[in-house]
Amino acid sequence: MFDWLENISDWLVYGVFGLEEASKLGLSLSFFIYDTIKILILLFVIVIIMGIVNEYFPIEKLRNYLARKKMYGLEYFSAAIFGSITPFCSCSSVPLFIGFVQGGIPLGVTLAFLITSPLVNTVAVALFISMFGMKATIIYAVSGILLGTIGGWFLGKLKLETLLTPWVQEIIEKRTTIQDEFEEENLTFVQRLPSIFRGAWEIVRGVLLYIIIGIGIGAAMYGYVPEDFFEKYLGGGEWWTVPLAVGAAVPMYANAAAIVPIVGVFVAKGVPLGTAIAFMMGTIGLSIPAGTLLKKVMTWKLIAIYFGVVTVFIILSGYVFNILL
Amino acid sequence: MKNVKVLGPGCPKCKTTFSNAEEAVKQLGIEVELEKIEDIVEMMKYNVLTTPVLMVDGEIKIKGRVATVNEIKELLN
Repeated sequence: MFDWLENISDWLVYGVFGLEEASKLGLSLSFFIYDTIKILILLFVIVIIMGIVNEYFPIEKLRNYLARKKMYGLEYFSAAIFGSITPFCSCSSVPLFIGFVQGGIPLGVTLAFLITSPLVNTVAVALFISMFGMKATIIYAVSGILLGTIGGWFLGKLKLETLLTPWVQEIIEKRTTIQDEFEEENLTFVQRLPSIFRGAWEIVRGVLLYIIIGIGIGAAMYGYVPEDFFEKYLGGGEWWTVPLAVGAAVPMYANAAAIVPIVGVFVAKGVPLGTAIAFMMGTIGLSIPAGTLLKKVMTWKLIAIYFGVVTVFIILSGYVFNILL
Repeated sequence: MKNVKVLGPGCPKCKTTFSNAEEAVKQLGIEVELEKIEDIVEMMKYNVLTTPVLMVDGEIKIKGRVATVNEIKELLN
């Protein structure tokens, strides 16, 4: 699908710039041009598709749906799916969290949403498709959703409501039935398009710098790091590599846009794909800034339990990926 | 005098919305009471789920995305 692009970048690097073929600089530069353009095309397409989905996916209805329906466990799964398809600004997570528990959605279901939301997001999925192809992307997305489902269910079983901050508990106690005050805008698809495109462009513009940094680092590694480097030190499939990768990833705060291209090079240099996915999930799914945002609604103890449980589940899924892939 | 509130916990989108609102008011040359609400506890009183939110006279007009200068001007007219 992207052969033409490979030809263009090769032509630019070796033809126009006159670099020696298969030289380190040439390899890096060609990788950089090819990947940047490919990722930007895919990202823009996917962000627009998600923007359309999001236009017709009113979050209020979802909340009411999750609050009213008794689904015998399926509500965790639905919450995780919704978490993965609704893109929202990271600082919406706290209002969403409170809005959910206020609407009578159990804490565990809310957490299923909260876990999946950063873990499986539009930007990461778009980059994943371009770096690893469809099959790996589906495995990543499905396992992220399952991780959110099981993690939320497990955390729900722990009865952690008392560890929420007092004012949130107060909200839960005197929660009122929600009425939809917001009148939906009655716009046709064509009328909605400009704002969808504008939103998509904003997302792409917002991550552009990270993508270029990520691909830049990735490209340098691609050209200069020896073929078997990671295999020698990290590959090998030793049992401790997965917890090590995830343990290093959790405190790290990196944009999905920057981390996926780097992880892509890890894989090209011999790191098992499962370990790489687990590393990426640890980086984008949990981060210290997100933890401090949650401080507003959770006590440190609850944040620690939340991070601990999700970390363990990411490590477990890393092992599962390495078996499956 | 109209009252305009921008709700959002200080993310880039919320800041853009607020500066768009300022710009719209300036272009229209009218007197508007413009408020920025960044405190989550305060924000939750308005029952919002996605930020940023633009409110005009206590009514939610645009939420979950950045409101453009032109949109805000139309809402204020």
